[in-house]
Amino acid sequence: MKYAYYPGCSLECNAAAYDNSVHEVADLLGIKLQTLDDWNCCGATEYFSQDELTACAVIARNLALVEPQVNQLVAPCAACYLNLKKTDRLMSDHAELGAKVNECLAAGGLNYKPGRVTVRHMLDVIVDDIGETAVRDKVVRPLTGLKVAPYYGCQVVRPIADGDCTEYPMKMDHLLTWIGAEVVDYPVKAHCCGGHMTQISEPQAFELIRRLLQSAQDYQADMILCMCPMCQLNLDGYQGRVNGFFGSDFKLPIMYFTQMLGIAFGLEPKKLGFGKELVAALPVLKAKLNGQFALS
Amino acid sequence: MAAHIAEKKGTFLEEVIEATPGGERLVHCLQCGSCGGSCPSGADMEYTPRTLFAMISGGDREAVLAANTMWACVSCYFCTSRCPQNIPITDIMYTLKRISIAERRYKNTDAPALAKTFTDFVDKYGRSYEAGLATGYHLLKRWKPIQLMKMGPMGVQMFTKGRMAILPTKIRQIDQLQAIIKKAKELSASEKK
Repeated sequence: MKYAYYPGCSLECNAAAYDNSVHEVADLLGIKLQTLDDWNCCGATEYFSQDELTACAVIARNLALVEPQVNQLVAPCAACYLNLKKTDRLMSDHAELGAKVNECLAAGGLNYKPGRVTVRHMLDVIVDDIGETAVRDKVVRPLTGLKVAPYYGCQVVRPIADGDCTEYPMKMDHLLTWIGAEVVDYPVKAHCCGGHMTQISEPQAFELIRRLLQSAQDYQADMILCMCPMCQLNLDGYQGRVNGFFGSDFKLPIMYFTQMLGIAFGLEPKKLGFGKELVAALPVLKAKLNGQFALS
Repeated sequence: MAAHIAEKKGTFLEEVIEATPGGERLVHCLQCGSCGGSCPSGADMEYTPRTLFAMISGGDREAVLAANTMWACVSCYFCTSRCPQNIPITDIMYTLKRISIAERRYKNTDAPALAKTFTDFVDKYGRSYEAGLATGYHLLKRWKPIQLMKMGPMGVQMFTKGRMAILPTKIRQIDQLQAIIKKAKELSASEKK
């Protein structure tokens, strides 16, 4: 099946590991991703704080750019995913707002019919469209004995859950069992990483990050797997600062779920963006999985 | 219910409802407190959403717009998905942020400066620009050079790992995006008059 692909700004550089591993895994599973030509930033939460119509119009330009013969748009970032999905919903449910958004798009020679494009997250595509059998078929290096904590964050599962639970989502849990990992069942898997709060109030943001790291560690996770570049940045990039702030000693690798999927499929760590994380993951993988297979 | 709706004409409650898609659910608030109890930032708020909604209904516009509630909100949508009355609480927080920014009512928060710095780059390039955001926001808008220095080592690490671009990326059809944004801002401005 062919999907339009909206990488989002983070995946261009900061989360290049996510982009690389998404493409590697998609190729192997036969998912055809066609990058949306000349896409623009979704605005994260920042336009919505200032002007709703501008927020929707900026987002809707991307929906309008999806080619007529494609009706599915895949976004790997939680903020992009929600913004695209939410704008499509707002335009459908509130016709007056939808008309205004189209008036804005018309200034750029574009138009979008609400409901035409279905916005999907990469996790949903792999779990729902590809499914268990096809995923299990590709596993050559089952992650036996590796304890992974699936971390869903907020904006993929709330407020619009795509067939998963807003309180206690399970899709990544299922996927990780298909690739042989030991799934850590911990209570904060859909709690918030703080989003942009690291830039506004560090004490508030660091406490939210600490809660997640602490819980995963208490439940003996070897690593945390993310499905959003903001979550990865907060948990990985800020882990050192959080340790400094609280006097803690967390050393938890924070990887993207697609990176570990790629490892299970036998792909090279480097091609999957391993090494870009600040808290190194390969030593943990080698310690836990050695003897089962070699990792370069 | 009709009488109840009629009573809110010209009130702050009506203003908030009108500015929020689905905002009419606000009149159904039960004051149950599920929102504040679910909020990861509840402890940092002067008033939890429940209290704030009572204040909105009471017409206490000044105090609501000066509150830190919406600025402590991290948009995690726990309140929205748990609200038994289907009130779009996170979206109401966005509405309050917008009114507070438009009238410069906010206090003790750099969130409006972050939002403006972020969207200025998107207006200009069509993409977000992390290196520019970090320097522009902490130095120019916020004037907190110490903050930038505290972030320095992490920034260097991100850079050496190839996770921070020095230069921004610009989309090809930036003129098209800017025409769309210009139109949106015009329409929004004409509506506020």
